[in-house]
Amino acid sequence: MRRPAFYNEMYAEDGAVYPHYAAYAEWLKATTVEHLLQKQREADALYTRLGITFAVYGDESGVERAIPFDIIPRIIQPGAWKKIHAGACQRLRALNAFLKDIYHGQDILRAGVIPADQVLGNQLYRPEMREFEVPGDIYVHVAGVDIVRTGENEFHVLEDNLRTPSGVSYMLENRRMMMRLFPELFSRMSVAPVDHYADCLLDNLHAVAPGGAGSPTVAVLTPGPYNSAYFEHAFLALQMGVELVEGQDLFVADNTVFMRTTRGPQRVDVIYRRVDDDFLDPLAFRPDSMLGVPGLFAAYRAGRVTLANAIGTGVADDKATYAFVPDMIRFYLGEEPILRNVPTWQLRKPDDCRYVLDHLPELVVKEVQGSGGYGMLVGPAASREEIDAFRTRIRARPDNYIAQPTLALSTCPTFSGGGVTARHVDLRPYVLTGKSVSLVPGGLTRVALREGSLIVNSSQGGGTKDTWVLEEQC
Amino acid sequence: MLSRAANNLYWMSRHIERAENTARMLDVTYRMSLLPYRTPDQAWAEHWALPLVITGLASDYYARFSGALTSERVLRFMALDAANSSSIYSCVQSARESARTMRGVITTEMYEDINDWWLEMRNRIDESLFTRGISEFFDWVKMRSHQFRGVTFGTMLRDEAYQFIRLGTFMERADNTARILDVKYHTLLPSVAEVGGSVDYYQWGALLRSVSAFDSYRKIYRDTITPMRVAELLILRDDMPRSLHACTREIYAILSALSDAGSREPERLAGELNAMLRYGRIEHVFTAGLHEYLMDILARLSALNEEINRHFLVPVYTQSQVAPAAAGR
Repeated sequence: MRRPAFYNEMYAEDGAVYPHYAAYAEWLKATTVEHLLQKQREADALYTRLGITFAVYGDESGVERAIPFDIIPRIIQPGAWKKIHAGACQRLRALNAFLKDIYHGQDILRAGVIPADQVLGNQLYRPEMREFEVPGDIYVHVAGVDIVRTGENEFHVLEDNLRTPSGVSYMLENRRMMMRLFPELFSRMSVAPVDHYADCLLDNLHAVAPGGAGSPTVAVLTPGPYNSAYFEHAFLALQMGVELVEGQDLFVADNTVFMRTTRGPQRVDVIYRRVDDDFLDPLAFRPDSMLGVPGLFAAYRAGRVTLANAIGTGVADDKATYAFVPDMIRFYLGEEPILRNVPTWQLRKPDDCRYVLDHLPELVVKEVQGSGGYGMLVGPAASREEIDAFRTRIRARPDNYIAQPTLALSTCPTFSGGGVTARHVDLRPYVLTGKSVSLVPGGLTRVALREGSLIVNSSQGGGTKDTWVLEEQC
Repeated sequence: MLSRAANNLYWMSRHIERAENTARMLDVTYRMSLLPYRTPDQAWAEHWALPLVITGLASDYYARFSGALTSERVLRFMALDAANSSSIYSCVQSARESARTMRGVITTEMYEDINDWWLEMRNRIDESLFTRGISEFFDWVKMRSHQFRGVTFGTMLRDEAYQFIRLGTFMERADNTARILDVKYHTLLPSVAEVGGSVDYYQWGALLRSVSAFDSYRKIYRDTITPMRVAELLILRDDMPRSLHACTREIYAILSALSDAGSREPERLAGELNAMLRYGRIEHVFTAGLHEYLMDILARLSALNEEINRHFLVPVYTQSQVAPAAAGR
């Protein structure tokens, strides 16, 4: 039998169901399409009613649109999860060490492991953060690591998201939705819970409060209701039991941050900020920002308030810096990377650029500081015109791009168009760093809903699935 | 709670009350316009000018429309005009926007109710509104307001957020009632000499209906309508839910519950105002002059609104307020 081009999460090459999907497969076999359709409709209606949406940039109507949710779970083998867990934690330990280093001794630059200008000349490197001790030496408290699977034991990290990663609210709501739609599945299978994410995050935030704060006050800082991830900001604040604030709710006096409340000013010790560095403080960064708090950076440097994630983490999730993460793991931890990077061509290098321009139809090209699947070219799916247009853009600014081979993303059964078919998926587990580095079991599985499509981003028509890690039987 | 959140809720509530009162007032004006009417001496007392005068929107209106005052223009302006921030349409839109940003604070049912109101209103507004009979639209607005109040009263936790919602309702209601009474009273009774005399039944009935007080009047007084009794019902009686006294009683109770060491002034002002109404006598009101009395009430409400803003909703802190909070750690 011909070897299939893509690894299927549920079925082996010979069509047999993998053991970790066995119980689910049995249930699926006994379930009619009508029942599945009904459940899918229920899920869609509930999500719309609850207003869980992700406003799409560039959508003229600005209408709230529910993120499509697929009712077939993506189940991960315990062995695979162990590898993902260990690999993601390892990456974050290295990345936090890297951030500490480049804002202090810069050993890795001195050792010539990474070209200095890649870091110091990077737009997102914040000289203001030099020689500043952050609590616990933790720069990235919350990270989203995008992972694709290309084989049973082959995982590649596509990118690290270290600034304001989002999507965890979907992970949590998807689990609730599945428990509501299919309680019988949960009684048959032991799915490791993810509910404790908010508790874990809150603990970690408490742990980095400025010294001496007895019962620290934590707040979530949001750009406001017109931000596409606002639902998540509000959701997390609610789950953690902390106040959701906008810049205008805070003010700084004596380098101390306060909230304006109906009972007078209340001090804030830790801010989980979902506002980008640039917009955080008009006195320190962009002066035209209406989203920030004047004086916040001074309060931060004075150690009177802790920000999570720290300022200046963007230099580490830059797509060009990404290429050096395996080196960081070796340099700081003395370990071999558990999860592989994807081979990456850096178009700022003339040889790489030449190769990429010659092979555009086979490659995926991304902007170095892009996000959300925008500004990228998926060679195999692009038309002649699109490729030519992109070639022109590359020639104009080669240093703005990196390229990677098209990966054979794994596929997962998806209930699409009234039947069960295979669609490409990736995985974004969330890594929390506090006293220790941890992941809740699972994460957000993103699925490309269009047949054959490899683009999973919700902003470009992708959907999500609940992700299950089964607890091992003793 | 966050001041901004309290501010949003307070104004959500004021906008809903304003939408309801505007609907009521326009409906009565509309119905009255269908009856024979003696043309007044003053142009401002013309039927369709009254809603504009009561709400203080006359200059906005005339800035937009030159030429004759027509019923359709005034109705459009005050009910449907998105550019008029006090129109029914704009009030419901603002209230819904506030509710949307306050979704974690108000209950799900409250949000769904006001969201439905907003969506349905947009469907109802089309050209057929005027041919179908705009009274039906006004009735619908009033019922949606009652419904939202019901959902709020029935589902919301009795916390600070709830208090600010109720505060908004009563502040707006008191303000609107005082204004309607002042303007309509004086178009109907230009001279003090006629205070005890017989009056135009329909006109006075209309005034009572514009604040939903007609049935209550009949129940209490069981007699002909006299101007002094109308004023007493709408100003001093605390069993009449839309009277000024009923409003100030609630406002005072809410501010007493909310106040702490830093915010005694709003409570004090509310107490003073409530005492005026609680211990007032209608004869004294007329001795002082009804218009002067109502102007004083409106000024006090305005000052109270200022204090509420300063202490709760849009506070500006002094150094002395900040120092103890910072030193606390």
